[in-house]
Amino acid sequence: MAKIDLIVRRANLNGKDVDVFVSKGKIVEVKPSAESLDAGDAKVEEAYGLTLLPSLTDVHVHLREPGFEYKEDVESGLRAAAWGGFSNIMCMANTKPVNDNGSVTELMLDKARKHWPKGPRLFPIGALTKGLKGEELAPMAELAQAGCAAFSNDGVPVESTKIFRLAVEYASDWDRVVIDHCEDPYLGVGVGVNEGEVSSRLGLPGQPDVAEALQVARDILLAEYLDLPIHLAHISCRKSADLIRFAKARGVKVTAETTPHYLTMTEAVLEAEGTEYDTAAKVNPPLRPEDDRLAMIEALSDGTIDCLATDHAPHAGHEKETEFDVAPCGISGLDTALSVTWGLVRDGVLTRETFLRAWTTAPCAVFNLPVNTFAPGDPADFFLFDEDEEWTVSASTLHSKGKNTPLLGSVLKGRVKTHFIAGKKIV
Amino acid sequence: MKWLHKDLLDVSQLSKPEVMAIFETAGRFQELQERPVKKVPTLKGRSVVLFFAEPSTRTKTSFDVAGKRLSADTFSLAKSSSSLTKGESLKDTALTLQAMAPDAIVIRHWCSGAARFMADRLDCSVINAGDGRHAHPTQALLDSFTLHQEWGDVAGKTILILGDIAHSRVARSNVILLTRLGAKVRLCGPRTLLPPALKTWPVKVYSDLNEAVKGVDAVMCLRLQLERQKDGLLPDLREYSRTFGLGARHLELANPDVRIMHPGPMNRGVEISSELADSAGSLVLDQVASGVVVRMALLFLYMTRKGEE
Ligand SMILES: [Zn+2]
Repeated sequence: MAKIDLIVRRANLNGKDVDVFVSKGKIVEVKPSAESLDAGDAKVEEAYGLTLLPSLTDVHVHLREPGFEYKEDVESGLRAAAWGGFSNIMCMANTKPVNDNGSVTELMLDKARKHWPKGPRLFPIGALTKGLKGEELAPMAELAQAGCAAFSNDGVPVESTKIFRLAVEYASDWDRVVIDHCEDPYLGVGVGVNEGEVSSRLGLPGQPDVAEALQVARDILLAEYLDLPIHLAHISCRKSADLIRFAKARGVKVTAETTPHYLTMTEAVLEAEGTEYDTAAKVNPPLRPEDDRLAMIEALSDGTIDCLATDHAPHAGHEKETEFDVAPCGISGLDTALSVTWGLVRDGVLTRETFLRAWTTAPCAVFNLPVNTFAPGDPADFFLFDEDEEWTVSASTLHSKGKNTPLLGSVLKGRVKTHFIAGKKIV
Repeated sequence: MKWLHKDLLDVSQLSKPEVMAIFETAGRFQELQERPVKKVPTLKGRSVVLFFAEPSTRTKTSFDVAGKRLSADTFSLAKSSSSLTKGESLKDTALTLQAMAPDAIVIRHWCSGAARFMADRLDCSVINAGDGRHAHPTQALLDSFTLHQEWGDVAGKTILILGDIAHSRVARSNVILLTRLGAKVRLCGPRTLLPPALKTWPVKVYSDLNEAVKGVDAVMCLRLQLERQKDGLLPDLREYSRTFGLGARHLELANPDVRIMHPGPMNRGVEISSELADSAGSLVLDQVASGVVVRMALLFLYMTRKGEE
């Protein structure tokens, strides 16, 4: 048997007290906690009273470096990820310059290695088209070689169906999945608020749910026709979920994600007393009505939506403290995702199995990342967290530079105490 | 009545008794309009900033006259003419204005919610003179006041709001206020100029103007922004005026005493025929006169709220 170099003692794994034995960054054994233990010269981490969960994977974050380091940079984004329970994060290409060439990818990876050599692991996502312009294909071979794990024009939907088709085909040559930001560019003009009752009362131009669903339908038909996978980002409405369910029943290779905010928040926040026109809740796609929120929970639970992702979109305070029309879209999500979604498990809204699939096995399977099932031989990526610790979301408790979340000021339950990646303590 | 509100962001904040108190106060100021010297010292030494980030000669002048008749000092700050607001964030504008310590700020802004943004950051009263497509409470109050003066009571009357409802803060605030005062409200306009989710509004919606005007007691025409055609929301102005422009022939279907209103400035021959605008039933100029006294009443109530028993 391999020499044990780390033992986590008496951690709560799914209701049972366990000891976890780690060697060379891999899980060797997980067994019921023993009364006494000869640890030899292994490090021992006492975890009594703490819950053990495999590390999470977030396939959709915006790190803002290069170009917008005042909003977030690789170092601060990975810090938020580390404290948020994430061992893997995938970062979008809408930086400045855009991640549409290998040197930008390498710069991101260099920064990650320099600041967080033991992880969390960063997987950049390359642009689908040069400059995200939707006109010419990005050099995907070069990007894949430099370390891009997927391709996406997230933030700027590809208007031309022809270019999008070519991008999906070309990406498949490099075994990379394309992620689409589903938004019909003609119907998606009003941003940050759903078109409907609330937008009518607030007098804001809204984005209708069909702007998303139309593009979802396009992608489904294309994926079926090409017999190639397409991953649908940040799904927010029932219409999209119904289409994806239909597609999966036909065997179409689409996969999809939704975010913690679509599971827990609705457009009502924009006209609630004290948070009227709250730009922290301005996000694209917008927060939808209650029926869509319920649809997201159903779709995640029945596997129609494969995984969760934060769509972590940090912005500087002054950018959000402005008129609703002027403020940028996005919610900072890495710090709060675990507490928010574990809260849904605690409340019986999501099962523990759904939670683990959505944050660990499914996203890794979609993007060919090492899957962590917490079985012997799997990477020793896990964190210990205090399920009962209450913490107030504030500028000082968020590790991300982005303090833009509608949860600011609210009290969440559950906090990461220690995080191991490949058997090494990172926080 | 002790005035409890700090800000006027929309008419939805006002109860019916509060609206009546505004009307009563405006009625008292109306008498002042007939005197040779139209000025009282009520707000002497108080200052009102008119912050207009979107141009509007009419509303601004109306507030300016209202303030001056009450002897308040009024200061204008227009987006185009002021270095203060050029390229500056609304937050910094708010802080700058705060530092000048005015007693009230009247704000017109092209973003919905901008008045609330200011109100959350300023200690003085903020009066919304129109924010984006959201609300135009003083216009709604002066429209209802005008009708109130005509009829004694708007309750039970049927009022048609005609035209570009989707982009209209005037329509939004009027729907709320008129229904609160007991009137029945109808809306008419092409589907492309109606907001979504209208079924949750307390209104009847019509696409046929001939149907919409049947038996109504007043028609409020809205100004059509001519660029809506370029936005693709309507085919052309000729077609618009033929199908949704108010003309004399429509009035034969309405209540014989029907009143015609328009918040101005009018596109004569587009949303309203010229003869109707000048007809005996037209309240367009009464609206302008009401605008001054209603705004006097509002400045008075909001600026003297502290210490008044
Ligand atoms: Zn996106």
